[in-house]
Amino acid sequence: MDSAASDLTGTRPPLRSTVDNGLKIVVVGGFGVGKTTMVRSVSDIRPLSTEETMTQAGEGIDDLTDVQGKKTTTIAFDFGRISLDARTVLYLFGAPGQERFWFLWDRLFSGTLGAVVLVDTRRLADSWYAIDRLEHHGTPFIVARNDFGGPPHSAQQVREALDLSDDVPLVECDARSRTSSRDVLIALVDHLYTLVSGREPAQ
Amino acid sequence: MSRPGRDDAPDRLYTVTGGRSRSASDAFDLVTLVVAESEPFRGMQSEHAAILRICRSPTAVVEIASYLGLPVSIVRILLGDLHAEGRITARHPRTPAAADALPDPEILKQVLVGLRSL
Repeated sequence: MDSAASDLTGTRPPLRSTVDNGLKIVVVGGFGVGKTTMVRSVSDIRPLSTEETMTQAGEGIDDLTDVQGKKTTTIAFDFGRISLDARTVLYLFGAPGQERFWFLWDRLFSGTLGAVVLVDTRRLADSWYAIDRLEHHGTPFIVARNDFGGPPHSAQQVREALDLSDDVPLVECDARSRTSSRDVLIALVDHLYTLVSGREPAQ
Repeated sequence: MSRPGRDDAPDRLYTVTGGRSRSASDAFDLVTLVVAESEPFRGMQSEHAAILRICRSPTAVVEIASYLGLPVSIVRILLGDLHAEGRITARHPRTPAAADALPDPEILKQVLVGLRSL
């Protein structure tokens, strides 16, 4: 009866036994904007999918018999991972940006380093809600424009359409490229580092 | 791989967790790394046994959920059981849980070094 773990985990490489710190970065955006593509480009493993469920009634329910008739929402999200060093592994989550997924966001944002808002300039309105939510939570983020070869927009036009404040970095990327996707993550972490340094007390 | 959970009748999930729909705490973050401290034994609930096999090397909660094809909320309950029995240990993330708390600059430096070497 004792099957090997690989029956369940497939060919994915296990993490090193010394790994003890899991970090999170969330990639948010509308359908078809390239979230999963970006996760796949930089992940050490083929992206996995899982689900989170939540009853609309929220907190304090201990018994399913109380939940009869209450609405349960289930949504799927993708993720990948990058082993950074002997102790640290970074998980990248691709999360849908639509308003009805607010509860997943609240969970994913908890403890996340920061977020990448991936946008398609042909459908900028798809990212309005995501940006609102991030600002509301105070989660640091950058915006990455995935190049779909559409009509050119200046960075200023994109900033205005998204009502982005000047201190939020806007970068270009090709989510299909490992290097380009990695550079987006570096841009986010650089931004975080700047924020941390800025919050330190002036001498 | 099939979409986890989607086709499962609610009563299956009810059975897996003995009727509980919420874990005692949210102690298990999505990226908490779980390590098995014992081997599965005959007669153990199959989901518990599967977790012990998967976690012979450190495995994040979200990965366990994906491999088992169960929602994360259900996996948290199962992990709570195993933890209470001392069959697993948990390596929790060393980052502040609040969404607007900034991480330790030393951690950010490590992340940058790691990303630049990809």
